[in-house]
Amino acid sequence: MATTVIPFGPQHPVLPEPVHLTLKVEDEIVKEAIPALGYVHRGLEKLADIRDYHQMINVCERVCGICSMIHAVCYSQSIEELMGVEVPDRAKMLRIIWSELHRCHSHLLWLGLFADAFGFEALFMQFWRVRERIMDINEATTGSRVIVSVNVIGGVRADLSPEQIRWILSEIEIVEKEVRAMQDTIMNDYTVKSRTVGIGVMTKEQAWELGAAGPTLRGSGVAQDMRMTGYGAYGELDFEPVVETAGDCWARSTVRFREVLQSIDLVRQAIAKLPEGELATKVKGNPPEGEIFTRVEQPRGECVYYIRGNGTKHLDRLRIRTPTFANIPPLLGMLPGCELADVPVIVLSIDPCISCTER
Amino acid sequence: MLFTPNVIKNLLKKPVTRKYPFEVRAPFSNYRGELVIDINKCIFCGLCSRKCPSQCITVDKSSGTWQCDPHACVYCGLCRDNCPTKCLSMKDTHRKPVAEKVTWIEHGNPPKPKKRTVEAKPEPEVKPEPAPEAKPEAEVEAKPEVKVEAKTEAPVETKVEVKSEVEAKAKPKTKKSGKKGKKGGK
Repeated sequence: MATTVIPFGPQHPVLPEPVHLTLKVEDEIVKEAIPALGYVHRGLEKLADIRDYHQMINVCERVCGICSMIHAVCYSQSIEELMGVEVPDRAKMLRIIWSELHRCHSHLLWLGLFADAFGFEALFMQFWRVRERIMDINEATTGSRVIVSVNVIGGVRADLSPEQIRWILSEIEIVEKEVRAMQDTIMNDYTVKSRTVGIGVMTKEQAWELGAAGPTLRGSGVAQDMRMTGYGAYGELDFEPVVETAGDCWARSTVRFREVLQSIDLVRQAIAKLPEGELATKVKGNPPEGEIFTRVEQPRGECVYYIRGNGTKHLDRLRIRTPTFANIPPLLGMLPGCELADVPVIVLSIDPCISCTER
Repeated sequence: MLFTPNVIKNLLKKPVTRKYPFEVRAPFSNYRGELVIDINKCIFCGLCSRKCPSQCITVDKSSGTWQCDPHACVYCGLCRDNCPTKCLSMKDTHRKPVAEKVTWIEHGNPPKPKKRTVEAKPEPEVKPEPAPEAKPEAEVEAKPEVKVEAKTEAPVETKVEVKSEVEAKAKPKTKKSGKKGKKGGK
């Protein structure tokens, strides 16, 4: 059978992100996929040379347009650890609240896009409608919808008033109710299942060997979640990683769906345990010489920051490894053998965030 | 089929979306929108320009101009939070789109160095610690003469002392204004 080469992306109706895949197809069956990246490289890491370490928070937030809070948390945590700054308990909890709200809206956004990928536009709109409530919470409490800019080295610079907390609780209750109303559709609907069950299967061993991260890994049955390491104040909260064992697109979407509910639960727990106190510790001086690794759990998986300080206000090195980068090899492992029509669904099932990956 | 109840519910409800240009949601009170400055309160300390992550603010103390490139601003609100006189604030609505690039320049009156002449009196004693910024000029001007006599002292101190001497000769006023003017200029 002759091999046909079909280019997929970087501009593709289902892809919100510019990744290019060269698909070698034989009779509608994908035999090989070769990725090409580099369409949105912005050189953010290099900015550490000309922006001081406080300003770099705002740069790191812009690594990802969806989980900006968690990038900023990861960066601040690394600098705090490097400088030996103690973060107040209230700030830690507030960071969790906003991080989980970000995870929640990121997953809702993805669930909508995923529904759109298999042609269920009504479901897409439903998910995005629900998501808007969380965006409103972000905007009302921090001052911006997406790039919340609340982190500073040593804490946070926004606070939640009791009225805001009450409002958040009532809003996330509505979100939970509306999300639960869609549970049956995304998990059990016949048409949805026919597009997702058994598609892009990755076994537990494969996922582990290829170094998958986040829901892609947990969808294959590996219970690995960086939040279990208890960074920040996650150690005080009660949760367990969401794991599905099937390893197909359905499992990955189910993991994300259940994580939305988990995030809502974590927001409630964090609000219940929100201590009184300072918002931020004063930080003086520059990061000392030394290097540090920080790992946090992003909506898409494990994110690693490597930072090397040199005693000046500029960092020697800032290296970011984002979860999508880890998830590209598993994606290439999933594609061979699938049908051409399933490629969009499989590509979306890893939740690609290419602008994260290329920074 | 599982989606049917949702569909029916949605058919009976009003749309969630607004008819945007005609119906605008009230802005949230602490939304970080357009940056505004009360230039009369500004003391041209330049802290906003140093804190700004996008480096869109330029402050020139000598000419009394405060300049901002609103297209580069990322609306983080750090300048507003760090302003010592609270002359910067943010509206709760965003800037209107424009077709052409503009640079926003404000002219104000920087505080006269009058106050500093008063402060300048106790300065000669206080000075030795905090003057690393003023080093270069002092070094160039006065190194050869003083180095010999001051060798035994710590290097930083010598330089600073030199500077205070030089300046004392020139003008007692300029001591502190020189330091601060430099900061603002950067």
